[in-house]
Amino acid sequence: MRSRWSSSSDPAADTGWTDAPARKGFFTDSSICIGCKACEVACKEWNGIPEDGLQMLGMSYDNTGGLGASTWRHVAFIEQPRRATGAPGLTPLPMFAATSGQNSPAAAAETGIRWLMSSDVCKHCTQAACLDVCPTGSLTRTEFGTVVVQDDICNGCGYCIPACPFGVIDRRQGPPGARNVGIAQKCTLCYDRLSDGLTPACAQACPTQSIQFGDLDELRVRAQRRVEDLHAVGVADARLYGADPNDGIGGAGAFFLLLDEPEVYGLPPDPVVTTSDLPAMWRTAAIAGATLLAGAAAAFVRARP
Amino acid sequence: MAECHPVGFQWVMEAKARGATIIHIDPRFTRTSAMADMYLPVRAGSDIAFLGGIINYILSNEKYFREYVVSYTNAATIVSEDFQDADQLDGLFSGFDPKTGTYDTTSWAYEGMETAAAAGSRVVAGRQPPAQAGGGGDELGGRGPALPSSHVRRDESLQDPFCVFQILKRHYARYTPEMVERICGVPAEQLARVCEAVTANSGRERTTAWVYSVGWTQHSVGVQYIRGAAIIQLLLGNMGRPGGGILALRGHASIQGSTDIPTLFDLLPGYLPMPKAGVHGDLVAYLASMKSAGQKGFWTAADTYVVSLLKAWWGDAATPDNEFGFGWLPRISGDHSNYQTIVEMLDDKVEGYFLLGQNPAVGSANGKLQRLAMSHLKWLVVRDLNLIESATFWKDGPEIATGEMRSEDVATEVFFLPAAAHTEKDGTFTQTQRLLQWHHKAVEPSGDCRSELHFFYHLGRMLRERLASSPLERDTPLRRLAWDYPLLDGEEPDAEAVLREINGRHLGGEKAGQPLNSFVEMKADGSTSGGCWIYTGVYSDGVNQSARRKPGSEQSWVAPEWGWAWPMNRRILYNRASADPEGRPWSARKAYVWWDETAGRWTGHDVPDFQATKAPSFRPAPGVGGPEGLAGDDPFIMQADGKGWLYAPSGLLDGPLPVHYEPVESPLRNPMHSQQSNPTREMFPRAENLSSPSPPEPGSEVFPYIVTTYRLTEHHTAGGMSRWSPYLAELQPEFFCEVSPELAAERGLEHLGWATIVTARTAIEARVLVTDRLTPLLVGGRVVHQIGLPYHWGVGGGGAIVSGDSANDVMGVALDANVHIQESKAASCDIQPGRRPTGPALPRYVEEYRRRAGLNVDTGTRRVTPSEGAT
Repeated sequence: MRSRWSSSSDPAADTGWTDAPARKGFFTDSSICIGCKACEVACKEWNGIPEDGLQMLGMSYDNTGGLGASTWRHVAFIEQPRRATGAPGLTPLPMFAATSGQNSPAAAAETGIRWLMSSDVCKHCTQAACLDVCPTGSLTRTEFGTVVVQDDICNGCGYCIPACPFGVIDRRQGPPGARNVGIAQKCTLCYDRLSDGLTPACAQACPTQSIQFGDLDELRVRAQRRVEDLHAVGVADARLYGADPNDGIGGAGAFFLLLDEPEVYGLPPDPVVTTSDLPAMWRTAAIAGATLLAGAAAAFVRARP
Repeated sequence: MAECHPVGFQWVMEAKARGATIIHIDPRFTRTSAMADMYLPVRAGSDIAFLGGIINYILSNEKYFREYVVSYTNAATIVSEDFQDADQLDGLFSGFDPKTGTYDTTSWAYEGMETAAAAGSRVVAGRQPPAQAGGGGDELGGRGPALPSSHVRRDESLQDPFCVFQILKRHYARYTPEMVERICGVPAEQLARVCEAVTANSGRERTTAWVYSVGWTQHSVGVQYIRGAAIIQLLLGNMGRPGGGILALRGHASIQGSTDIPTLFDLLPGYLPMPKAGVHGDLVAYLASMKSAGQKGFWTAADTYVVSLLKAWWGDAATPDNEFGFGWLPRISGDHSNYQTIVEMLDDKVEGYFLLGQNPAVGSANGKLQRLAMSHLKWLVVRDLNLIESATFWKDGPEIATGEMRSEDVATEVFFLPAAAHTEKDGTFTQTQRLLQWHHKAVEPSGDCRSELHFFYHLGRMLRERLASSPLERDTPLRRLAWDYPLLDGEEPDAEAVLREINGRHLGGEKAGQPLNSFVEMKADGSTSGGCWIYTGVYSDGVNQSARRKPGSEQSWVAPEWGWAWPMNRRILYNRASADPEGRPWSARKAYVWWDETAGRWTGHDVPDFQATKAPSFRPAPGVGGPEGLAGDDPFIMQADGKGWLYAPSGLLDGPLPVHYEPVESPLRNPMHSQQSNPTREMFPRAENLSSPSPPEPGSEVFPYIVTTYRLTEHHTAGGMSRWSPYLAELQPEFFCEVSPELAAERGLEHLGWATIVTARTAIEARVLVTDRLTPLLVGGRVVHQIGLPYHWGVGGGGAIVSGDSANDVMGVALDANVHIQESKAASCDIQPGRRPTGPALPRYVEEYRRRAGLNVDTGTRRVTPSEGAT
């Protein structure tokens, strides 16, 4: 069941944009992420987002914690502990080993630990519940097919927060009067940069091209090829996340290549647009309302002599 | 590399995408390890043994590249029969003088050259050896040391028992896989896998590169770590060839530049040695120290480099009559290196100090020593982006809290001058490949921030104005300087004008005023100038070549039009070695530079690093020196014999070959031989710089663990650029120690709790990060734990966003004698759960440790370890 307001794989056209450019998105390939966090810093620098916490979290090298109103890119670090030599389940990381033929899975198994890193971001869903529930029209679909909060329109009602199946969007905390405090905030896919033909700040800063920006159709093809290459060299765990237009959100505009189950990275395994049941609920409500009206009318009719 | 050089690491990832195997060897599992095909945890301070194990494998399994080794290295050269190796003398080489702690290196020489002063002059305060003419240690940054003659006896069958190859075989025979396991904690099968991978990936068709950083250099025997890698690369034929080499990763964007145009006390630009007092009275004596007429190679033209430098500095005042101002150059009278200077500050021998983008109160070993020393200065100038600890130690340093320093007693006048960042000024970076890359000013510096160029130009201008009528002879050098740089906006010196001066120009003749295109145009008669001969060509044809940014897709794969590499825009040094002795590429796959028989010249993808028309078959007449003395198969054109040195007959102060010595502080006994640690190390035994005992001295069990320091991606060195930046500070907000789950269990450390780390110097506290990325090692039948400390934090009283104890406060100062680099990558420590005592209780706490270990000023200072302690 598709959400009423955004239904196809061309959300910009659905929203009424004519002559919209090709839908833009991110392909974040976690198999080549080195965890440098340049994406986090570049995002904050470009978008003027405040520092949000000087707490050491003890979650490996992650002291950011998760996405939020003041964190639009978040690099997760997952340490998967030592396993005995030859233990099953440990995927070696011969990421590009296809041509060398020298990578030894046994060697990788022996070195034990696997350290996964992946840069999370707003998924820019094809069916975006945040946008569906926004009563002010602050959340909009841009001509690039991305979902953007207009902070001068947002009234801080917060309906979008529980609507997001990924827990991405949030209201900014902070001292009263500071910029956008109380306003819902999240990644804009650098709408201002896209409008000037520039690459989003995070993708521009990424030194290993783990974050790739481009036309979504092309990125999906590229990602599929990458998964096949990894499978061919024995990285059986490699999989795409959010790339399927038939999933519960109609496919993400920002999707990922992961090396383990989504839960390992703190991502919901099977996200569903939270407004997917709205049409049915509206229908039920309409039937109930009609029944009520009909009953009242019937009572009225019956009351006549 | 991914951890500290994420931008450079993109090329490693690119290589990986093309099929390269990445092997990572490090005490801690880092972001690099996460991307590697193989990761090997190794004990900090044991790499010479690890590399020795690889060399042993190469030699005993005949895996060396024989044709390359015979033709291009000194493997065949016969060494003096007086030479005795470390295995004959229980860990010492022949010539050691226990009284001075130095070697007489005469016996290390090639046969027939024993009479020459082979090794460098060693200048160590308090241990003055006879001043010698030759350079030594880090003065040799750009060249091999001088030899009296290019004529050496060679046995190309490599059978002579005194040829370098046979010495090498005997020397490395003891570095068996079992010995490597016993020293490094690397299991034999893991070592074997590395050996197989490295040798299988070397030869005609393939090349292997080694990349290192300060994990190799910051040891009391760090130079020999690099020598170990050099021996591997020469044996496998991986030097002077694409995909080969040894790459030093630096801590800053232009550290290569800061040795090319040096901030070092004993070098002048272009690796010309600093003249020495009492030795280099005149230009002739000075030049003789750099070259001999009989040796081969391009250092024989050193007179043209020196005179051109003097002309750049003193302009018209530099004339043949005054030896071009050679007498105005300062002379060094001893060791004025960083740590020696610090110690002399403590003894009130130093009045003033400039700190330029350096934060020794946090970034240098033994922070307390640094801070106490600076409190003895009369004045201190700190130029930095932020108000760093080195500018505020007098009011908020840890010693104020403990009562060891009182603000009212510190008479040091501190001048803080805010500095412009690289984005706020024009200039070049010179990176590890010797590539100069110009950066343009993007924004104006804010407030009072100014560039270094601005600071030094105006400081010089003001000093010269003050001294304009000084009658004192000592002021002449400053008064006569050519100090005429064009100013932009009336204030900022034009950085391109400085680059032009460095490049050099013709001063007379029809080309007067034109830039030099090559250092071979330099003259010793004063008709050319040039501020750094190796940089000549960066402004060739009057164009700022370092500013070129032609995309890689629009030029050849060597990308010669991106920036400019010294010398002569060569991207790979000694690239004559990429062709076989006859001048043909070793393989089509690795073709790089080759001899074109028809054209009669060298050609290829890069600028050939060889005389362009010298045929491979050329053989010089006996006794001919200089460039003409180089044979057509002498690719190492800056070496005095034209060959790559497997064995260093001169130039090093601690041995012609690497030997495994334990770090100065080690919980383990050296299993190789009686000699525990490097006997030539520089030490500063004093109350402010105590060492803990190492076996066989008693008391080492009080400090049973190994501590090492390192950087994180999120911060930059001592934190001056990152702890003040909210976006970086929040990514790693607190100082922490990394420990294995096993060590945490052994000491009762809790994840995210506190721990106190104690060494002979002091105790610091850190949050605990328990991680499987640190692993206990089985070393010599004993479980060895290593503790990792990122060193970015400090008090931060000058407005830092995050603060914490400084890891370098626990490290001691003992130096590699060659280059005066401190051993800060391995030390002994204890760790206990909980926070450290504060106030005066902290020194008492440390004192109790010292008492238990029986520790005094003499602990750890014995140069020669008595043999009865041998295992």
